[in-house]
Amino acid sequence: MDNLVMATPEQSVTERVERIAQPTPSIEPAPPLTFAVKNLSIWYGEKRAIDNVTLDVASNAVTAIIGPSGCGKSTFLRALNRMHELVPKTRMEGTVLLHGEDLYSRSVDPAIVRRRVGMVFQKSNPFPTMTIGENVIVGLRLNGVRNQKFLNERLEKSLRMAALWDEVKDDLHKPGTSLSGGQQQRLCIARALAVEPEVILMDEPCSALDPIATAKIEELIYELKARYTIVTVTHNMQQAGRISDYTAFFYLGRLIEFGPTTKIFTNPSERQTEDYITGRFG
Amino acid sequence: MHLKRADNHTWRKIKSTLASGIAFVSALLVIAPLGLVFFHLLVNGAGSVNWDFFTKLPAPVGALGGGMVNAIVGSLELLALAGAIGIPIGVLGGVYLAEYGSARINSVLRFLADVLNGIPSITWGVVVYGLVVLRFKGFSAYAGGLALGLIMIPLILRTTEEVVLLVPNGYREAALALGVSRWKTIVHIVMKTASKGIITGILLALARVGGETAPLLFTAFGNRFWNHSLSQPIAALPLQIFTYAISPYDDWHRQAWAGALVLVTGVFCVNVLVRILTRGRTASVV
Amino acid sequence: MYRSGLPLLTKVLSFMAVAASIAMEERSVQARMASPSRFGDKAFEWLTLAMALAVVVLIILIGWQLWIGSSVAIKKFGFHFLLTSTWDPVAEQFGALPFIYGTLVSSLIALLIAVPLSIATAAYLTELAPLWIRQPLVSLIEMLAAIPSVILGLWGIFVMIPWLRDYPFPFLKRFLGWTPFFSGPIYGPCMFAGGIIIAVMILPIITSVSREILRSVPDLQREAAYALGATRWEATRIAVLSYAKKGLFGAVILGLGRALGETMAVTMVIGNTPQIAASLFKPGYTLASVIANEFTEATTDIYLQALFEIGLVLFGITILVNLLAQLLLRTIATTSATRAVQ
Repeated sequence: MDNLVMATPEQSVTERVERIAQPTPSIEPAPPLTFAVKNLSIWYGEKRAIDNVTLDVASNAVTAIIGPSGCGKSTFLRALNRMHELVPKTRMEGTVLLHGEDLYSRSVDPAIVRRRVGMVFQKSNPFPTMTIGENVIVGLRLNGVRNQKFLNERLEKSLRMAALWDEVKDDLHKPGTSLSGGQQQRLCIARALAVEPEVILMDEPCSALDPIATAKIEELIYELKARYTIVTVTHNMQQAGRISDYTAFFYLGRLIEFGPTTKIFTNPSERQTEDYITGRFG
Repeated sequence: MHLKRADNHTWRKIKSTLASGIAFVSALLVIAPLGLVFFHLLVNGAGSVNWDFFTKLPAPVGALGGGMVNAIVGSLELLALAGAIGIPIGVLGGVYLAEYGSARINSVLRFLADVLNGIPSITWGVVVYGLVVLRFKGFSAYAGGLALGLIMIPLILRTTEEVVLLVPNGYREAALALGVSRWKTIVHIVMKTASKGIITGILLALARVGGETAPLLFTAFGNRFWNHSLSQPIAALPLQIFTYAISPYDDWHRQAWAGALVLVTGVFCVNVLVRILTRGRTASVV
Repeated sequence: MYRSGLPLLTKVLSFMAVAASIAMEERSVQARMASPSRFGDKAFEWLTLAMALAVVVLIILIGWQLWIGSSVAIKKFGFHFLLTSTWDPVAEQFGALPFIYGTLVSSLIALLIAVPLSIATAAYLTELAPLWIRQPLVSLIEMLAAIPSVILGLWGIFVMIPWLRDYPFPFLKRFLGWTPFFSGPIYGPCMFAGGIIIAVMILPIITSVSREILRSVPDLQREAAYALGATRWEATRIAVLSYAKKGLFGAVILGLGRALGETMAVTMVIGNTPQIAASLFKPGYTLASVIANEFTEATTDIYLQALFEIGLVLFGITILVNLLAQLLLRTIATTSATRAVQ
């Protein structure tokens, strides 16, 4: 809990190593967890958007959230870094643990949560007043990092991780909005990576992109999962099948089914899941 | 029957054309004063706008020549004082309306700001006279600047609110998702994105109060000489134009026309600048 | 639920790798970032709130200052102040009636001239004009709005009044001289001239607000009229103007608010004589003008108090008119918004 409030490096590292090293008390040895969501419900005013969802997100894996529009998948994603709180009159119940720490504890600053849980949006949104380079390091700069050498290193590293460095390295001073749609989205991924989050949430990151740009992002997601835990919302079944290790199917705010992607897509246990995946509704 | 209908139709068409013609003439009449005023300003003022006008103090009564340099500088000083009061309050207040505030509070504040915008500028002069001039026993640049600054507040507040609301929500979310705090998001992302619009609003407000005379009559008061301290009366271009216009001297009338030409040119330049700025904005935001 | 059966060795190794990478990252990035202060967030919100509340403070401040400044006069003259027409600073007799009369009459003249012109122009700009002409016209009207009042007054004194005195006024007198409004000698500066200059001042605002109102009329209205075979003018009259009646009224009231408080240009052309005369060729005086002219000459306390009270009357009238205008325009905005939603 403490390292959410004050991130002293040594302490949090040891804690986390301990956490990871501790065997989970279950019969099967389960992979390490990033999020443990328990009995989560969320209301927007009177409307209940998420209804009693319990779900575990595995580390260094891609978890896809699928479901028809309005099923609460975006809201669920946003609850993982407290972005849903930006909508006025929201209320939530239940717990969300990030590596065992309650994200919604009173002493936790949402800004710290969001540094550890980054986000990429449906519509690419590089800041229009900034250059490509400024866009990448803006999170660090606004969070008080001043060391120019360090910023330059992070800039290159983040762009390389986002597979964008070779395309933009000579144009870092150009406005971020001068890039193509797919490049802009990768720029946004680089921007999220620059603050070194542990998790990256993606809210339909490819829905506004053409197939070639989409393929690049998917490839990138595959590479990123070696270092990051990724949760992505998608309305594209094929995409969920291609990129994810686990899939969660939401319907009307409820989690209908959750499990390894191969199982969900080949042998779903719920009728609704099967109907949705085979395109009979949604 | 058929003929009758055709007649009716022709008459309706004629009526429509006639109405369009009347509306066109109305539009011409509305903009006619602009052309006339500009024409007479050029005819009567251009000859007196010379080097002396921009470099010399007003000549003593009866003497020919002289200029308005003190009034031009005085107006700029007053605008600086007014800006120091009106810009921060107006901009930050507008940011509150756009970024925080509940719908109900905002509608009340917006309403009051609109009402304030409708209050005659001379009222501000009277109020500042009571607040500052009476209390500190003297007309001063501070009093004039305060009067103009207070007028700017609701103007800037409304324009700032409007342009900040235009900033797409995606930028706020993107910054917050990087773990940037709310206030830094607003200052470094939202306000920076809306900066052209905010500056436009500020420039328009400055142009508006730069031409104001009524609130200065008994606050800044005017001064035929250089102002050496902001706690002393100060000259302003519109004030000087007024004084000269209602004077009985032909030479002062000439000076008034020249001053008016300079003032209008300044105001129009700001308006053209704003137009250029807003053109860029519509291109980049939409 | 999860994949199972990872060999222990791989697991331990991957833990070590994760730990090592986390350790490096923590030092390099997360630790470098300053912890965000929630104090900063709160402070900024309160700061901006305080600034936004300035509008409340200002309204109260104006009312309070005008009240304080005129309290002695209010006590001394009571309601008679509003109803008597003697304004004699030497005898310390103060009645605001001539100024109230002058303000209302000059504003009324201004509205009679400006309203038809403005609304016709607004209709021209939104409905009737060829597209290419619209934007330039709007820009010109904005420029007219930007002309400072004192400059219009200057033009009024030296250009408009001599012209009015030589051409239109004698003409009016010849044909309408039998009415009380256009009788008597022609001086030049007069109530009529004041009304005309105010009209010029309020033309841009009524035009631009009316234009916004007409633009907010849903296209469905126009299409319905055209579908019935209406001509352009018929569509404008039936579908647009009658639909926007309430909003246009709001625009007119807003213009009235500006007209009542207009100061410099009026002061320069109205003649500045506190009298109540039927003839529009006679000089008049307005609330705003008397403040502008006499404030710095007020030698006695009671004189200054009386002028503060004039200010209070002007503030009271304009605030009421502006409240009315805002309410009219606001209900329009909300109803058209709800219509748009439905």
